[in-house]
Amino acid sequence: MATLLEVEGLTKSFFGVTVLHGVGFSVEKGKALGLVGENGSGKSTSMNILGGIHQPSAGSMRLDGVPYAPASPKEATAAGIAFIHQELNLFPNLTIEENLFIDSFPHRGVLPFINRARIRRQTEELLSQVDLPHRPSTPVSKLSQGERQLVEIAKALSRNARLIIFDEPTTSLTRPEVERLFAIIARLKARGIGIIYISHALEDVMAVCDDITVLRDGHVAGSAARGEIDVQRIIALMVGRSIDAIYPERSVKPKDDVVLSVSGLSQPGVAKDIGFEIRAGEVVGLAGLMGSGRSELARMLFGLDRFARGEIRIDGKPLVDPTPATAMAAGVAFLTEDRRGEGLIMDFTIAENMVLASLPTVAGALGLIDRGRISAVAADMGRAMHLSTTKVDDTLVKHLSGGNQQKVVIGKWLRRRPRLFILDEPTRGIDVGAKQEVYRIVNGLVEAGSAVLLISSEIEELIGLSDRILTISRGELTGSFARGDFDREAIMTAATGLAGATEMRA
Amino acid sequence: MKTGNRLVLLLLQNAPYVLFVVLLILFGLVSDRFLAVANFRNIVIQAAPIAILAIGMTFVLLTGQIDLSVGASMYLTASILAIYLTGIPWPLGLIAVMAMAAAIGAVNGGVVTRLGVASFIVTLATLFILRGIAMWLSNTRTLMFPDPITDLNRAHVLGVPSAIVAFAAVFAVAWLVLHQTPFGRQVYAVGGDPEAARKAGLPVRRIVFLCFVIAGLCAGIGGFVSITQIGAVGPKYGDQIEFSAIAAAVLGGVSLFGGRGSVVGTVFGAILIKTVQNGLNIINADPYIYPLVTAAIIFIAVAIDGLRTRIIEKLERRTIRPLTGE
Repeated sequence: MATLLEVEGLTKSFFGVTVLHGVGFSVEKGKALGLVGENGSGKSTSMNILGGIHQPSAGSMRLDGVPYAPASPKEATAAGIAFIHQELNLFPNLTIEENLFIDSFPHRGVLPFINRARIRRQTEELLSQVDLPHRPSTPVSKLSQGERQLVEIAKALSRNARLIIFDEPTTSLTRPEVERLFAIIARLKARGIGIIYISHALEDVMAVCDDITVLRDGHVAGSAARGEIDVQRIIALMVGRSIDAIYPERSVKPKDDVVLSVSGLSQPGVAKDIGFEIRAGEVVGLAGLMGSGRSELARMLFGLDRFARGEIRIDGKPLVDPTPATAMAAGVAFLTEDRRGEGLIMDFTIAENMVLASLPTVAGALGLIDRGRISAVAADMGRAMHLSTTKVDDTLVKHLSGGNQQKVVIGKWLRRRPRLFILDEPTRGIDVGAKQEVYRIVNGLVEAGSAVLLISSEIEELIGLSDRILTISRGELTGSFARGDFDREAIMTAATGLAGATEMRA
Repeated sequence: MKTGNRLVLLLLQNAPYVLFVVLLILFGLVSDRFLAVANFRNIVIQAAPIAILAIGMTFVLLTGQIDLSVGASMYLTASILAIYLTGIPWPLGLIAVMAMAAAIGAVNGGVVTRLGVASFIVTLATLFILRGIAMWLSNTRTLMFPDPITDLNRAHVLGVPSAIVAFAAVFAVAWLVLHQTPFGRQVYAVGGDPEAARKAGLPVRRIVFLCFVIAGLCAGIGGFVSITQIGAVGPKYGDQIEFSAIAAAVLGGVSLFGGRGSVVGTVFGAILIKTVQNGLNIINADPYIYPLVTAAIIFIAVAIDGLRTRIIEKLERRTIRPLTGE
């Protein structure tokens, strides 16, 4: 196989700080290269250089043997490089065909009008290549997240992409959608298109990629063909040491007093007769597919969504018609799965975000906000959470990495010393190191006597952290497993509600 | 619950049509003059200026911006026409008005896109500036237009009144531009997701800028049509007409948040507003009631927009289990 992309000695400095030190890798035609590394390891910078957003300080790239040095994203696109980002770049208010041709509509002869017949024909052709059985005139708003991603791939194909870069493509997909995506990627490879696949989900990387390059601190920590490396070794290369215990030891056992007690919780179309308890010092994992009702259950417990029947008790006291305010007053904290949208105010500083859920406690005389106190409190919390920066007053949250943002959200809730902490996908999209920090925080919580409800798509994580695992499917609890008899197969079967246990992300 | 929502959404999406039918029945019951064909022709003629203005406004609203200066732009360009360009033939007058109004749109668009100031603020400022200049030039006198211009109001093209011709022409061109040209679809893209539009390499600034120019151009045409109808402009001319234009567009389904709506709905919204005024006139309603009714319509329009958005969000939330038997 011929080499499609050859990257050599790529070096990049920002304001005197070198973030890439002579990185090199290559992508073969019709092969997929997995690019993995913790946040800040240099993946994004390399990809920005490849995409023409940044120019390298040193080093060279060759595309199909020809020197390649894009000065702008436009040049990268013209050279046949396409990006499929985690956040898709589509217009939901336009149709599929309009999205594909938005920047290059063909005209009808000399008239300034769009040649609808032509874009329809070409769109049909492209959609069949990505197995999307929709009419070209379907509005994108009607498509699921996975289908929208296929539209993005069709768009890349319409631009004759030679190299397609996938950046965390599976985070918001259901398992069947992931399987379909992988089948499409295999088809792209068969056409001779090169793939760069970036993900924190190492199992996915192992499933898709032929070669794997691990970056750490702007260096290549190692490169290998798939057959010569395993996930444990990749993790060791990523963090620079071998991690024997990803899940830290816990020193406490669940106590007897019940913190959360739910019974008969029902809401038409969302939940049916859900009942369970969580005791002080206990972590209960909730396993379910995306769309199983796991997040909806969390939202009901926190008073964000209504429920028709049932009862929620915190420390024995019933929570009647909960709203977020009354739930918080009762000691419930909620880490949403969408930290960008719901959990953080991106344009606020770390300190401002940290105290947001507990403003009255930092108020001084006359109930006015005491800036000094906020800084002190936030600085303490930042240290406890091992934040990457100590400048809590000056750093805007949007400038933090995903892992550090997550720590700020958690820190914000910890300030309230929650009795029950609901964590919805707390480690999604963050690297191994930051994950471990989150695990340590969970341990700290239960050691202090809180109860934790942990929702995760990663079954390993649930098994590693939970005292008990409940499974949910189509809005009903379908199983309960105690720590002693965690059985991955059985949990996955229960979580899917029927057979087909492979649906759950292993 | 869900089917109920769908029904409400269907009603909201067709709100102007439903309202229109309700009004026809109401006014028709009170006065038999209202439902006459001649009266409808009158309504469309009366609606022409606002409809043309609202079509231009639709472009700006689709990009998620707003233009409050169109009424003031009508006043200033009409004043200049009456004071300085009295002798020129009407086609040149029309072109002059269009050019001046488009230039005003270009200033609005330029400041919004180059300096990044919110369009609400920019066009509010131009509103006062333009009105101020017009009052200064005219000494707040009422300015009269010569016969060749007012005669246009009675002119016909193939039996169709000139105002309707202008209305139809602007509508047809606007529809073609929005739905059949690359620029039109890019307007929707920019309004739908400006960030994604930038990443897709679309010239976002230029598109927004052009929409302000189009809004200005339409203000010029709409203003010219209205001066042929009324023959004189005073200091109150065009005052607050921008709000009627915005209300017409929003009533017709154009979202204030950008990216959604069409000129078809806008035109219907404009006709609806004029139908109300015409009906009130025919049933001899107290003139002091007019602004209250107009206010109620604007309120309904904005409330409908908010409700529509909320219900669409609700409907797009997935249910997890079948609803049957619960």
